[in-house]
Amino acid sequence: MKSRRQFLKISSLSAAGLIFGGGLLETFADNLLKKNQSYFKGPYDFVRTPTYCEVCFWKCAGWVHKDENGKIKKIIGNDDDPNCNGRFCPRGTGGVGMYFDKDRLQTPLIRTDERGTQSFREATWDEAFDYIAAKMNKIKEEHGPECTALFTHGSGGKYFGNLLKGFGSNNIAAPSYAQCRGPREVAFLATFGQGIDSPENTDIRDTKCLVLIGSHLGENMHNGQVQEMSDAIDKGATIITVDPRFSTVAGKSKHWLPIKPSTDIALLLSWIHVIINEDLFDKKYVEKYTFGFDQLKDHVQAFTPEWAYGITTIKPQQIRETAREMANAAPAVIVHPGRHVTWYGDDTQRLRAVAILNALLGSWGRRGGFYSAEKASVPHYHLPDFPTPNKNWRDAMGGKYKLADLALASGVCEATIPSPEMSCSIKGWIVNGTNLINTLPDQKKTIDAIQALDLLVVVDTMPMEITGYADVVLPECTYLERYDSLRISQGRVPSIALRMPAVDPLYNTKPAFWMARELAKKLDLLQYFPFETIEEEIDWELKQVGSSLEEMQRIGVKVLDREVDDLYFGEDEEIEFNTNTGKIELYSTALEEEGFDPMPVFTKHPEPDSGFYRLIYGRAPMHTFSRTANNPNLTDLMDENTVWVNPKVAKEWDLKNDQYVYLENQDGIISDFKIKVRVTERIRWDSVYMVHGFGHADKRMTRAFGKGVSDTQMITNVMIDPIMGGTGMRGNFVTFRFDNKNTEV
Amino acid sequence: MRYAMAIDTKKCVGCSDCVVACQTENDVPIGYCRDWVVEVMDGTYPQLEIELRSERCNHCENSPCVRCCPTGASHYSEGGIVLVTKNECIGCSACITSCPYDARFVHPEGYVDKCTFCLHRVKKGMQPACVAVCPTKCMYFGDLDDPNSEVSKVLKKRKHKTLIPEAGTKPHLYFLI
Repeated sequence: MKSRRQFLKISSLSAAGLIFGGGLLETFADNLLKKNQSYFKGPYDFVRTPTYCEVCFWKCAGWVHKDENGKIKKIIGNDDDPNCNGRFCPRGTGGVGMYFDKDRLQTPLIRTDERGTQSFREATWDEAFDYIAAKMNKIKEEHGPECTALFTHGSGGKYFGNLLKGFGSNNIAAPSYAQCRGPREVAFLATFGQGIDSPENTDIRDTKCLVLIGSHLGENMHNGQVQEMSDAIDKGATIITVDPRFSTVAGKSKHWLPIKPSTDIALLLSWIHVIINEDLFDKKYVEKYTFGFDQLKDHVQAFTPEWAYGITTIKPQQIRETAREMANAAPAVIVHPGRHVTWYGDDTQRLRAVAILNALLGSWGRRGGFYSAEKASVPHYHLPDFPTPNKNWRDAMGGKYKLADLALASGVCEATIPSPEMSCSIKGWIVNGTNLINTLPDQKKTIDAIQALDLLVVVDTMPMEITGYADVVLPECTYLERYDSLRISQGRVPSIALRMPAVDPLYNTKPAFWMARELAKKLDLLQYFPFETIEEEIDWELKQVGSSLEEMQRIGVKVLDREVDDLYFGEDEEIEFNTNTGKIELYSTALEEEGFDPMPVFTKHPEPDSGFYRLIYGRAPMHTFSRTANNPNLTDLMDENTVWVNPKVAKEWDLKNDQYVYLENQDGIISDFKIKVRVTERIRWDSVYMVHGFGHADKRMTRAFGKGVSDTQMITNVMIDPIMGGTGMRGNFVTFRFDNKNTEV
Repeated sequence: MRYAMAIDTKKCVGCSDCVVACQTENDVPIGYCRDWVVEVMDGTYPQLEIELRSERCNHCENSPCVRCCPTGASHYSEGGIVLVTKNECIGCSACITSCPYDARFVHPEGYVDKCTFCLHRVKKGMQPACVAVCPTKCMYFGDLDDPNSEVSKVLKKRKHKTLIPEAGTKPHLYFLI
């Protein structure tokens, strides 16, 4: 929605730009440089130092405590932080393991032999930067600066981003978009004119009915949401879980709908049918705020619960009952948009159905539904203009995915593989804190892209698989040993949080800010790094919002006032939504303009052949992707994944609990490693399930190597969402093998 | 004073945060734990139920471990908390055998170790580390003799059980069901 608040934010930002732009810039920076740097206290001046967690994207703020010898002992949540309310999750509590892990990258490395082999020599930082700068300049001369890209997932991304933009490229992508939450952002933008963003604006705390579709809160430890779900359970909220697997939260649900995988849109359409035809929708809300109700009503007439039963295997009575349950709770109901939603390639449309359902129930902008989140407006120091790139990754896409509001990591990867249609493919990658080998589906394609590169720089704390393909590896210190950009989170109240080092970096490791700035020196781009240290930049930013580094070092988190008190819609409030019609679009004019279905339709997806089972993957609460797979504290809780198999299937294959098997997918890909069988009633007979992030192939990760199977290795069929380029990964089928030898001749 | 803990199985998501928080708070070496999570599943597809329980020493009122300890290392402390005095423990493991809850282990340094209800924190007016960290706030700690303590209040309000009551140990660890 276009809220008053958003206009205010824009104006406050531009004012800051005016004051500090232009000539004042140099004087200000000069003064800062002259200032004695001991003005900022160091980690040793504190018993506890503030940080925000880097183990997942929730970024909870906490305190790092040290023992009497100055050794890191524990990390505890900051009571003032709205993201965690003083309670860290297991990964955050176990974050200490990232620091103590002896398998960490320790010094810069330069490749000595071909990519994919562990052949590196240790290098000095200066050598590493010279090497990178020479290669980047060569790419610039031969192909243009646009032929470079940054993949990032983590806090140091901003500085490598500025470096790349200054160099002349805007190919900056995060796998959290096209591989994760992109479809929901596009679907909610198309419907409400506003995305969901992170942390989600779901008002779970006060909801009376929470509907989860494949979303496994509790196993995905999105801290604030899990805390609020627990509060909602205390207050007697109803939970409805749609999942082919009896997830932890299914165990806390009044209704578990064990849906046949890939048929969710049919269920959603039929819920919409019931809610419209039984007159259960919020009439006043629909009339006042929405566009296209009549078209929607006509559209769903055929989608009766009886129709959906044949597709989803969910009984008509249960579909009706759950729809009524939602309507009874409305508007304090949340049909949760989920987070990792790239499943079948029609994901934007599925999330559109979710958005439409919420609109009919009147939950958007209502207590117990979705609140209007606010983010602090912290001005950034005005940098000189970046050069305008002549082209970017979109040029390689032939006009596809116009509705993608962020760059696609898979698109940038694709734009790297040389093809006759492209004038120039991407020649250099910087990869910061994301293990692309296990993050992007279709590993072969990723490796093909990498082999076509002239330069691959990897910045990481751990020897992840991607480092094995790097030309240069830059070892970053962990989040407990560095400053990073401020955390500026959205929420019911805007908040900012500080991360400062609790201890000096171990080994020869450095923070991303320092690396990016040193590289900028070599590339003659220092004008984009006006502050010599990150402390000075953070202090400058904090002073714009009435705080300072000194204050934040003491308090860690600062909660600011909302600019406008509009957490929920007012009674009969006139609201203009940021869509073409200014209304909540049940019928999407934006999708229609681009030639897509204006209202969601169900399409049938392929099903597994006999002897094959759909591969479903998910999370365990003690791990984040593959990032934590070697963390000593967290592998102590869980050190390998298992494959969940229904007892009927186990009987057919004569599989026993704890037996190890290999998996083979529909394309004949056999897993590198074996996986333990877990025979359980908690999964349908047409599917198997495993936790994502295991089966690491890099021997330097001693605790993670060879433990379990990598679901990513099994995902070779990728169904691309035509609307925004999301990579649907749930259309892969596996069978069991008792050896991993390829018997084909 | 009788310290006790109640754990809400309806809210616990089995994330094991209690385990890792205990490890870092009490310097429990990696590979060992003073608390752990048990998942019990019942039923057949699609009629299923799961119970999740964060378990630890039950700090029994009638503790077999205290009774069988030959040196008196295992003893009752403040509020009935069962503790082991490190330097009096000879590592004979009689207590480990006697405990119906399998709550004790031999620390690599040779003595028997277990949950202390974080007495060092409780003395300072803080909650045990596991209770303080739990994202679902599913744990309640306090004095059973104080009717206004969190644990007394929740036990009054909710249906609950103890583990292996037939062992006659009078456990101080309750599970809300």
